[in-house]
Amino acid sequence: MNTSLIELRGVGKRFSGIRALDDVSLAVRRGEIHCLAGENGSGKSTIIKIMSGVYQPDEGEILIDGTAVKHLTPVESVRHGIQVIYQDFSLFGNLTVAENLALNSFLRERRRLVSWRAVRALGRRALDRLGVDIDLDAEVGALPTSAKQLVAIARALMSDARLIIMDEPTTALTRNEVERLMTITHAIQRDGIAVLFVSHKMREMLEISETLTVMRNGRVVVEGPIVDFDEASITRHMTGHDVSTAIYSRTHDAGLAPRLEAKGMTVPGAVEGVDLSLRPGDIVGLSGLIGSGRTELALALFGMRPDHGGEIRIDGKPVSLRSVADAIRHRIAYVPEDRLTEGLFLTQSVQRNILASSLDRITRGLVVDRSRAEASTSEMIEAMQIAAPSGTTLVGNLSGGNQQRVVLARWLLTEARILILNGPTVGVDVGSKAEIHRIIRDLAVKRGLAVLMISDDVPELLGNCNEVILMHRGRFVERYAAGAATEDVLTDRLRTLS
Amino acid sequence: MPISFLRRPEAIVVVVLAIAMIGIGVVNPAFWSLDNQFGLLRSNVVIGIMALGVLLVMISGGIDVSFPAFAVAAMYLTVKGMIQFDYTGVALPFFAATVIGLLLGGFNAFCIRAFRMIPLIVTLGTASVVRGLLLGLVGTSTINVDKMPPQLIDFGKTDLVNLTLADGSRYGLTAMILIYAALALAIHLALRYTLIGRSLYAFGGAPEAAARVGFDTRKTLFFAYCTAGALAGFAGLLHASMIWLANPRDFVGFELDVIAAVVLGGASIFGGKGSVPGTLLGVFLLVMIKNSLIIMHIDTTWQQVVVGLVIIGATTLTAWRDRKRVA
Amino acid sequence: MKTTGAERGAFDFRRLVNHDDNIGQLLLITAAVFVAMAALSPEKFLRYYNFESISFTFPELGLLSIAIMVAMLTGGIDLSIIGIANLAGVLAGVLFHRLAPGASASLGLSAVAGGIALALAVGVVAGALNGLLIAKLRITPILATLGTSQVFTGLALVLTGGPAIVGFPAGWNFIGNGKIGGVAAPFVIFVALAAGVSFILSRTAFGAKLMLIGANAKAAVFAGLDTERVVFQSYVLTGVLASVAGLILSGRTNAAKSDYGASYLLEAVLIAVLGGTNPAGGRGAVLGVSIAVLALMLLSSGFQILRFSNFLIDFIWGGFLLLVIAINVTRNRQR
Repeated sequence: MNTSLIELRGVGKRFSGIRALDDVSLAVRRGEIHCLAGENGSGKSTIIKIMSGVYQPDEGEILIDGTAVKHLTPVESVRHGIQVIYQDFSLFGNLTVAENLALNSFLRERRRLVSWRAVRALGRRALDRLGVDIDLDAEVGALPTSAKQLVAIARALMSDARLIIMDEPTTALTRNEVERLMTITHAIQRDGIAVLFVSHKMREMLEISETLTVMRNGRVVVEGPIVDFDEASITRHMTGHDVSTAIYSRTHDAGLAPRLEAKGMTVPGAVEGVDLSLRPGDIVGLSGLIGSGRTELALALFGMRPDHGGEIRIDGKPVSLRSVADAIRHRIAYVPEDRLTEGLFLTQSVQRNILASSLDRITRGLVVDRSRAEASTSEMIEAMQIAAPSGTTLVGNLSGGNQQRVVLARWLLTEARILILNGPTVGVDVGSKAEIHRIIRDLAVKRGLAVLMISDDVPELLGNCNEVILMHRGRFVERYAAGAATEDVLTDRLRTLS
Repeated sequence: MPISFLRRPEAIVVVVLAIAMIGIGVVNPAFWSLDNQFGLLRSNVVIGIMALGVLLVMISGGIDVSFPAFAVAAMYLTVKGMIQFDYTGVALPFFAATVIGLLLGGFNAFCIRAFRMIPLIVTLGTASVVRGLLLGLVGTSTINVDKMPPQLIDFGKTDLVNLTLADGSRYGLTAMILIYAALALAIHLALRYTLIGRSLYAFGGAPEAAARVGFDTRKTLFFAYCTAGALAGFAGLLHASMIWLANPRDFVGFELDVIAAVVLGGASIFGGKGSVPGTLLGVFLLVMIKNSLIIMHIDTTWQQVVVGLVIIGATTLTAWRDRKRVA
Repeated sequence: MKTTGAERGAFDFRRLVNHDDNIGQLLLITAAVFVAMAALSPEKFLRYYNFESISFTFPELGLLSIAIMVAMLTGGIDLSIIGIANLAGVLAGVLFHRLAPGASASLGLSAVAGGIALALAVGVVAGALNGLLIAKLRITPILATLGTSQVFTGLALVLTGGPAIVGFPAGWNFIGNGKIGGVAAPFVIFVALAAGVSFILSRTAFGAKLMLIGANAKAAVFAGLDTERVVFQSYVLTGVLASVAGLILSGRTNAAKSDYGASYLLEAVLIAVLGGTNPAGGRGAVLGVSIAVLALMLLSSGFQILRFSNFLIDFIWGGFLLLVIAINVTRNRQR
């Protein structure tokens, strides 16, 4: 039997009492393309850190080329040929492509002096090996994400890598760029280098990997050759739930007048003219690939793109949305994509986070009305079932699911009537996901909100929206009514967009 | 080609400098006279050497406000030592002053690394400590020209070129400018052609990536702050040798001037960007503004206001240019 | 994700200067200083006169420290507070001399009121300039206030021509030297303003928004907080506090000069940080800063009585800061 390049046997890891990994055994063979799948919180990142020597396992052992390695350090891991490309690529934005590529080698060779000719030569060689053409003198910070990723991969290849681990590599890539990444991965494999994709995006996994390992809650739940799996089975293993076949359908009066009507919406460089109409009780899903313009459309509806064109009416009356204050005044709410940097104040309390957008409305004069503040907070904590010891808990201490509920609570408190969600359950644990879906559905049905949900998660869209719109290059290209599309249909259509 | 030049961070200071020089020259053509230019160059030396050190720190993503205190301490201790031991050389004292500065800079690096506190606060603390110790324990009296070691004064008097004005007074281009140029060249080469120099840019641009990629970030930090300290110590003694006295209360408020000069020269206060040519120009611009008001028949009390307005103007331009990128 | 680095940084500092722990720690330090100084020179230190004189000199530094704290709450800094303070005093002095050339010391209360209004106006206008540069033009605070500090100090220098302006009216000097109900007048002013700022920060919408912006400026925009306006107003507040400090300073010394209190800037920053303010924004409390000022003033006073030179006191302040930071770091490592 072929000895694996790296193997974990019975590895366990704890962090202050919480079990991150439990009896994990997994092997990556030489030259194979292996995918490690799992939701956020499944233990994938911990595995990466153990393989690269950043963390030490509490139990079990690590074998490299069949030999047990005690106390693997990052330097040793690199020596064994293990390279990790993190999501942020660990590149230096203020330096050129060539320099980014060359620095690694210089460090390894313990050079003292820098010869710029050598820098260019190394850079050129690295890019040629990958077969890509990027301007060596370009500042890395100015490159698009896909180009940065290629530079990171090129850099990883320079150091006699035998295994390249890529952490969520396709998150910010367009379809074309994903294809390019796949081509490159195959090229890498032809050189005998193994690739470990760590991801939760299934589409790409199925296309490229040979072997799949699925993790959930710190354990390996299944593994085997990719041919044994399909999307449904992978999802089931990743989430532990069967894909719900429930479809959200509006039981409301279909003749209700639209709450929000946008006609001829344009956003320079992103949206080329779309018409959108949201009725009370609607949950309209919006999907598309990176670059489709969906986020810009959402931001325009939230007043963050004062340069937008087109007409917007709310309850039939034309409105001007040229600032966030405008949007909030018209009772529009926006739950952003990146919860941690755009949505939450991690160092502040749950109470303050919830009250953030309602501060001016709970004041008497300039002073905040304490009793109203506390009452509103408790009300929201209960309504959203936020699992926090008290309103003074710091939001940074909550789980992803609870954090998202805090953001939802904040907007609910503003008595929003139109809710725009961008990736509402990204990075949320499985249990909370279903709960948040229930909350959103309740908001639509019971409180009559008009909801626009942007998402990449096809099951999420199908299970919660009464209409799904696909967007591509700034235009709406497809509309599906509830029940008229299945997962396969949607997935295929998304795949053909390019 | 011209457009790519304008994008360089040094472009702004070159433009502002050109405009300012032309402007001042128009108001009073005496600006261009050799003795005025020589005087300006002379004023550049001490502040310029310190600015080189501050540049290194700023590229690494930090700020140092302790270097004037280190300069004064190194200067005063060395001169006192020279007098005490009746020392007749010049080389050893300069070496000593540099070493004192280097060690103090090392203390900065140690505190920043060990406490993981932001450099501004740490260097505020060390500045206080050093100045306080110096003035409290060593003394507050200025060492006057008659007490100063004569060889130090002679050293500072060395001129490269000696000329005479119409009215018979002599003036010259100080030889110290060679020292300044040599140090500037050395720092420039280090930044450009040594790995440790590049590590400053890497660390300043992305400190976590620098650690991941394998840089010895401790070495990088110590390099930045020790060099800044060493340059400050050296410049301090040079200052004493050029003005012929050693005043332990000197250089108060200096840090802001030097930081302004470095920033004017295109260095980013966030780290990862900056160059020696830019700094040299920034220092020249600052010194020129400060010293040219007299030539323009403007009361010297307006000096600070003018400097302040230039800083505000230049940073507004920079912010406006960077806003486009960040947006 | 890039967030992990920022998160970690925010967490490190949070643990480092945990709010409740911090006030307790500060009180402990203050008590320790008090006990130590009293033990070293019981007769002189424990005299009422000593504490009374502290209560006269404490307010200027206290107000400046709170001013810097406010600027730090949004992750910024204001290096121009000394310039504002001096300019306020100088302009008031110029006003008095214009109103009664040669006899400015004998001006009555209405003139004094005018002087106060002028000083406060300086604070507002200067703060507004800072706010404009920082909030509207997005110039980074260190650089913007570096420039304005030169401008304000420079203007003060131009107005005085160099020497100090003297001859302030009696009413003005009362602000710095008089007593209200047996307590030092400046101290009363300080307590009132400190309470006011504390109230603003903890009980008003403005205060809550300020803390949120400091915690996460991007999220603040997404939450609909008018960040530009709030940051602008915070710098105006800083400016006003600095101008009152300048008012008290010139009242106490009966003089105003362009370069008074140069060392106050560094001290104010040290005190703000010691008092629990996070220079990166989002955390700070008036109470903490006030206790820190008290601790350091007791320290200075004690050492002054011991005839330590003023400079050694500077050394001690700096050393104290480094020590406290070191202790906090080691304590957190053990947790």
